[in-house]
Amino acid sequence: MIPELGHFALILALLMALLQAILPLYGSFANIPAWVAVARPAAYGQLLLVALAFAGLLYAFIHGDFSVAYVANHSNSHLPLLYRISGVWGGHEGSLLLWSLILALWSGAVAAFTRHIPDRIAARILSVMAMISVGFFLFMLLTSNPFARLIPAPAEGRDLNPLLQDIGLAIHPPMLYAGYVGFSVAFAFAVAALLGGRLDAAWARWARPWTNIAWMFLTIGIALGSWWAYYELGWGGWWFWDPVENASFMPWLAGTALLHSLAATASRGAFKAWTVLLAVCAFSLSLLGTFLVRSGVLTSVHAFATDPARGLFILIFLGIVVGGSLALYAWRAPALAAHIRFAPLSRETALLINNVFFGALCFAVLTGTLYPLILDALSGAKISVGEPYFNFLFAVIGAPLALCIGVGALLRWKRDHIARLRRQLPAAALVSVGAGLLWPLAMTHHPYSLNAGLGLALGCWVMVSALLGLRERSGGWRWRNLAHTPRSVYGMTLAHFGVGVFIIGVTFTNAYSVEKDLRMARGETVHLAGYGFRFNGVSDHRGVNYDAARGELVVSKSAGGGRRTIALYPEKRTYLVQKNPMTEAAIDAGLTRDLYVALGEALDGDQVWSVRIYYKPFIRWIWLGALLMAGGGLVAATDKRYRRRARSAAGEATAVPPQTAGQAAAG
Amino acid sequence: MALLVAAVGGAAGLSLTALERNINLFFSPSQVQAGEAPDGGVFRVGGMVVDGSVARGEADLSVNFALTDTAATIPVAYTGILPDLFREGQGIVALGAMRGGVFVATQVLAKHDENYMPPEVNQALQAANRGKYGGGDSGAPSLP
Repeated sequence: MIPELGHFALILALLMALLQAILPLYGSFANIPAWVAVARPAAYGQLLLVALAFAGLLYAFIHGDFSVAYVANHSNSHLPLLYRISGVWGGHEGSLLLWSLILALWSGAVAAFTRHIPDRIAARILSVMAMISVGFFLFMLLTSNPFARLIPAPAEGRDLNPLLQDIGLAIHPPMLYAGYVGFSVAFAFAVAALLGGRLDAAWARWARPWTNIAWMFLTIGIALGSWWAYYELGWGGWWFWDPVENASFMPWLAGTALLHSLAATASRGAFKAWTVLLAVCAFSLSLLGTFLVRSGVLTSVHAFATDPARGLFILIFLGIVVGGSLALYAWRAPALAAHIRFAPLSRETALLINNVFFGALCFAVLTGTLYPLILDALSGAKISVGEPYFNFLFAVIGAPLALCIGVGALLRWKRDHIARLRRQLPAAALVSVGAGLLWPLAMTHHPYSLNAGLGLALGCWVMVSALLGLRERSGGWRWRNLAHTPRSVYGMTLAHFGVGVFIIGVTFTNAYSVEKDLRMARGETVHLAGYGFRFNGVSDHRGVNYDAARGELVVSKSAGGGRRTIALYPEKRTYLVQKNPMTEAAIDAGLTRDLYVALGEALDGDQVWSVRIYYKPFIRWIWLGALLMAGGGLVAATDKRYRRRARSAAGEATAVPPQTAGQAAAG
Repeated sequence: MALLVAAVGGAAGLSLTALERNINLFFSPSQVQAGEAPDGGVFRVGGMVVDGSVARGEADLSVNFALTDTAATIPVAYTGILPDLFREGQGIVALGAMRGGVFVATQVLAKHDENYMPPEVNQALQAANRGKYGGGDSGAPSLP
């Protein structure tokens, strides 16, 4: 009964979304206020209905209703409650429902927090978002119904994939989707502006906090995925350039470009058409990412053929969204052209360079991800693009990007002077180069690493110049100035600081990691990177829904007497339903190093095992950097300037706070 | 504007050069045996691990096994920890190069699903079977 109610709620949600898509849009052009006023209540209604449908599926999961095919395929009565809940989005159909729920949540939020935007524009935005909802509801109802019954019902479910039975992956999809779907707001803003044919600086200011929040969620989602891969897959890697990862990374790159381009549009009215195009791209890439991962096309292009209805729907939907918005863009964008003058040395130029870099990175990932798929579809040739391709391009494009961040953060709008930079930058450069040269000498356990030195120099450069940028824009380090500095400046500083932390984390992990696959007998001790690892053998262990062989390794410092020891318990699990073995690594995490051990397999009875022992310095800095970036996005989104009502266009160009310009000269 | 065009062009050129150098082609054991794979170059090979062929080294983590597409079989050598789902009879994909008649793998991949057959492996098996039985798709025996 409950699943049928859920199914019914989903159908009603589709009807409500249709209403929300058509009436307000028409009303906004035909000047019918009553129809325009439908937008907000319809958005709330749609949210309520999708929430009901989601609750229906959640209920079926919690109560283990295996007569629902989707539940039977992704749950089991022995599954712990947490994973019965996260099982809702553990497969294709439920993921789509989660996607729709999050889209409805964003629509509801737009309806609730756009009181300062003229009703007609808000109505168009909500209407565009509803069109996307319609697409997803239709996809679910026509090809991927999560409520489809399985008669006769099996006595037991097939269980959730053991890899997904993990807290990191329970919260990773909601975060990621919140980011993906969040870009639909920027997209809807862009399409609404194109439809209306007008786009001013106020538009960009309204769109900024939404884009910031979406970007923050996406950043957290990607970082969670990376962290999960690190500890759960048992290889100790944090990024594999797997197509699934790339699918989430491309919208992030486009979204990052969008954030920066929006800054120029909001403050100076520059790059309007380009900003709109980026908003379209970021969301289109989000859609592409969702479908790449969910359609199974990555495992095989021919997965499309196993369910032609789904494949066809996806292609048509993508075609309508991307093609439609690009056609609208081609038609309307000439009207957005603005001739804002700025000097070659100015913040506008810096933001433009940022966009060029991020565009190039996004293009590189897109090429590396789609090329094998396209080649396979066209000629049947099986190729794969190796990690060196991505690593090479990101090093070559990323290093100059990092150099530019430092300068860009300091530049002023319109025109800046090289003499001013000459006063500020040498000190930052000296600190960075000095740190980069000296630090590798301090790493006594390792040979001198030029790459680590370069990474540290770049990281310091970004961090120091981020702080210089804060001083520049607040007008000095006095408390009174700092208190009056807009939140968006703090957000930027925090995010750029995070970039520096991230760069240091990546390069140090690469340069200084020690990884050993070893054959270890019980009682044997190996020494690695200044630590001694003693293997105390393996014992049997019983989990809630798995059996495990649990190893014990005792770690102590090789030198200095070894007063403190750490016991690590890596496991080899066999889940009771899906009989696959699973490696559960044991990690001693720290700010400057992780110790990572994982069991391979028994080689000689129970006495000898193959064991992975990794020493991973500074790997936490990678995720710490990502968290700082996400935090920066959040802080910037709370800037009060974004929530002011629309004013005359003339006032917008000087949205930079007055004290910045005045006091910066003194600073 | 010129800057933008130059940058985009540069990025495209750079990506394509990098792409050309880092593409790993896939070959089936039959193709390897027929000498189609580049000698000494890095490529991927996929097939089923032959039952009873896995032999481990006594002192280290070296392991040797045979990989087949049912028509041809090649020896593979690897040193390190194999993925969780590596077993005899399982479809795997290995990345490496031929050295003196042995495929020396630097990476062995087996996906995390007992029913999963890497698509390349499936195709290689089907191609090999078509050759053996002389028929089309319908004539080939069903594969695991």
